[in-house]
Amino acid sequence: MMEENVPMDGNAAMGRLRDLFAVDLSNATVTCETCDREGPLAELLFYGGPVGIVLRCPACDAVNLRFLDTGRALNLDVRGLKRVRVGRTGA
Amino acid sequence: MIEAGRRLEWLNARVIEVRVENFQVKTIVSEASGWTDHAAGQHVDIRLTAPDGYQAQRSYSIANAPGDGQRVGITVQRVDNGEVSPFLLDELRVGDTIELRGPIGGYFTWEPGDGGPLLLLAGGSGVVPLMCMLRARAKAGDLTPVTLLYSSRSDRHIIYREELDRLAAAGDGFTLVHTLTHERPERWIGETGLIDRPMLERHGPDRGANPQSFVCGPTPFVEAIANHLVALGYPGDRIKTERFGPSGDVK
Repeated sequence: MMEENVPMDGNAAMGRLRDLFAVDLSNATVTCETCDREGPLAELLFYGGPVGIVLRCPACDAVNLRFLDTGRALNLDVRGLKRVRVGRTGA
Repeated sequence: MIEAGRRLEWLNARVIEVRVENFQVKTIVSEASGWTDHAAGQHVDIRLTAPDGYQAQRSYSIANAPGDGQRVGITVQRVDNGEVSPFLLDELRVGDTIELRGPIGGYFTWEPGDGGPLLLLAGGSGVVPLMCMLRARAKAGDLTPVTLLYSSRSDRHIIYREELDRLAAAGDGFTLVHTLTHERPERWIGETGLIDRPMLERHGPDRGANPQSFVCGPTPFVEAIANHLVALGYPGDRIKTERFGPSGDVK
């Protein structure tokens, strides 16, 4: 498909996810359902297309999150994650 | 840091400057009405709409220092079969309007006062968010010790070369080290070859000082260096990474 030198990890997904979430999730700690790796959402591997994004675990490559914007609806699939932890400001 | 929920609206931004950085890289500065200030390392989403309605969207690191009014700078590297970069580099003119939204992201960020010492490791166009940190530091008069180890294919590929030299000449605690991976020009006084553990040991700050590391570049670069840093005893929770590279298919 296309190639661009742009961010290719969770950092690149934050704008899209802000269509759905009220806060920036870069620092959210996520736990992979498959391998239990725990780390910031920003570190997940990014695969993006025109309408959707997929974030994969950097340790085991399992799909952690899918996000699809059809124009009419935003679709979120986080079956690949065991847990998402969002710290409060200053906490 | 979690910021209060503010909906990110698409803003119209008028291009006010297009600057050639090297043979394949330009910086595009636009003025976005409604832009709120950013932190160094944050991103902006750029959206292009074709006449037939087809839209392409990319995330770019913000290049200009914070506190720059409504100006947003991005530095774009040419990718020949790219969908967005050829338009930004070849078609876009001063006075044109693009759509953008941001600032985005709170992970790969540094602000004056966050402390250090800082070790910045750049591969190719991965230098962009790190340059933003250096600009923010210089603008604030921040004296945090910082080392940039910057890997480029050749000296033609170096981005921001003159500005980096100027910043390094200020003598305010910024140390600049270039390495070239594919050639060694005559009279080259920098490093050559890939960044490896001995090179990191030669130039990195004392691990005992609890340095903060930011690594940005292509995925193999980021993975190799993060592993080196951990092996050398750098605190793992103080190593932040951002992968730049070709955007691929959803797999």
